[in-house]
Amino acid sequence: MDPFHNPFIAEHTGRARTIPLEEFSPANPKYMEMDVWQPYFSRLREEAPLHYCEDKIIGPYWSLTRYKDIMATEVNTRVFSSSSTFGGITLMDQREELPMFIAMDQPKHDEQRKVVQPIVSPQNLESMEKLIRQRTQKVLDALPHNETFNWVEKVSIDLTNMMLATLFDFPFEDRALLTYWSDSATANTLGGGHIDSEATRERILAECLAYFTRLWNERVNAEPGSDLVSMLAHGPATRNMSPREYLGNLVLLIVGGNDTTRNSMTGGVCFLNQNPDEYAKLRANPALVESMVSEIIRYQTPLAYMRRTALEDFEMHGQTIRKGDKLAMWYASGNRDGEAIDNPDQFIIDRARPRQHLSFGFGIHRCVGNRLAELQLRILWEEILQRFSKIEVVGPPKRVFSAFIRGYTELPVRVSR
Amino acid sequence: MPSATFIDHAGQSRTVEGPEGENLMRVAVLNDVPGIDADCGGECACATCHVFVDEAWLDKCGEPSELETSMLSFAATAQPNSRLACQIILTSALDGIVVETPAAQH
Repeated sequence: MDPFHNPFIAEHTGRARTIPLEEFSPANPKYMEMDVWQPYFSRLREEAPLHYCEDKIIGPYWSLTRYKDIMATEVNTRVFSSSSTFGGITLMDQREELPMFIAMDQPKHDEQRKVVQPIVSPQNLESMEKLIRQRTQKVLDALPHNETFNWVEKVSIDLTNMMLATLFDFPFEDRALLTYWSDSATANTLGGGHIDSEATRERILAECLAYFTRLWNERVNAEPGSDLVSMLAHGPATRNMSPREYLGNLVLLIVGGNDTTRNSMTGGVCFLNQNPDEYAKLRANPALVESMVSEIIRYQTPLAYMRRTALEDFEMHGQTIRKGDKLAMWYASGNRDGEAIDNPDQFIIDRARPRQHLSFGFGIHRCVGNRLAELQLRILWEEILQRFSKIEVVGPPKRVFSAFIRGYTELPVRVSR
Repeated sequence: MPSATFIDHAGQSRTVEGPEGENLMRVAVLNDVPGIDADCGGECACATCHVFVDEAWLDKCGEPSELETSMLSFAATAQPNSRLACQIILTSALDGIVVETPAAQH
């Protein structure tokens, strides 16, 4: 049986072609969970590149689905705000504002971003490469042979939370907490998981803040170190942050360094299984790992969209986005836009310009950790190719119930030498 | 056609030509000059066509826009003579311009 057979796609493809555009709700979290989002976004790109939806839960919002429109909006920060004051970067408005630098406008955004940016300087990446490789080798060498296991849990989660623990200089034995807090921060309350209400989320994030406040207190009185907590505690633009703003920036750095890379680590295994010719191409020429990594990141698009809020009325495609309206820039859709990318629905590991994708965002909010993410993925695949002739997906992947996070909770695989 | 010289991090220099009015990033990409990534395709939105402009040519390139200044301020190895190649338009006044590319584009 094909583990990737999708029993829902035919019905949704038909539905996406026939229902009136007014009935489209692009941010329905089930579309990503069931992996049926593509036909809806394909029609939006064609017929309604700026689409308005009145959603009962998240309120009215606009959707942008074409690559070029998303790029133009990314750089138009004068009109389109990221600020948490207006609701931040996700469509659901929060009960209580959570400031973090990705959800700030200039100049404060720039000042805070520059505090943490040295963590991913070229020199730092070079010095981390050896450690990342050793850990990757260890994780892969410990995988069971000839039995089915969950790739998400044994590889993707383990590698990403070890990386995060290093970046924060976080107690290594407690590192599973980082994954737990990351998942708690992003979980959709309707997803049936442990975050069943905003109150539960706030309670768990308060535990995260308490833990990290201990680390802050240790480091604020010590010499400035090269970990993220020390950088924040000593940085001129961050050392006087309120506890709430500290929590916001922690959530940003934890989610940014965790969910995204984790899901690309899993996505790559899926895509190579769905495209055996590409897997063969890779095995024949391991030098393609580098361009494949960018293609995995495009194809996965671990964050499906980013939200902006209009600071003034803005005309686009013959419609007016009103001051105060919220807008989703659908990276997942722009990355499948044939006007910008050739054969966008194909997974092709040797594209000429593989880094031309929207997954990291563009403009001042472009992902800080993009080169680190690529490094982690490159090392993972280099080490996989050294060890296994095949990672075989043996059961259907389970995807996350979320319109924002495009990820996996389960991928049953078997590895063979 | 005006020419431009790109010197890579290892010191190797490549002189290429481009039509007037074309930006320096495109001139590099069309001539397969290494060291220019240009992830955003010339929208001043990523800072992966970062170059160091030879001091003799810096003033002739004009002033960077606010957006370019912001993007450069996040580039890993920015210096006072840093520019984004996609924002430098090749003209006869820039015929012979010399720029260096950084070790890596971030």
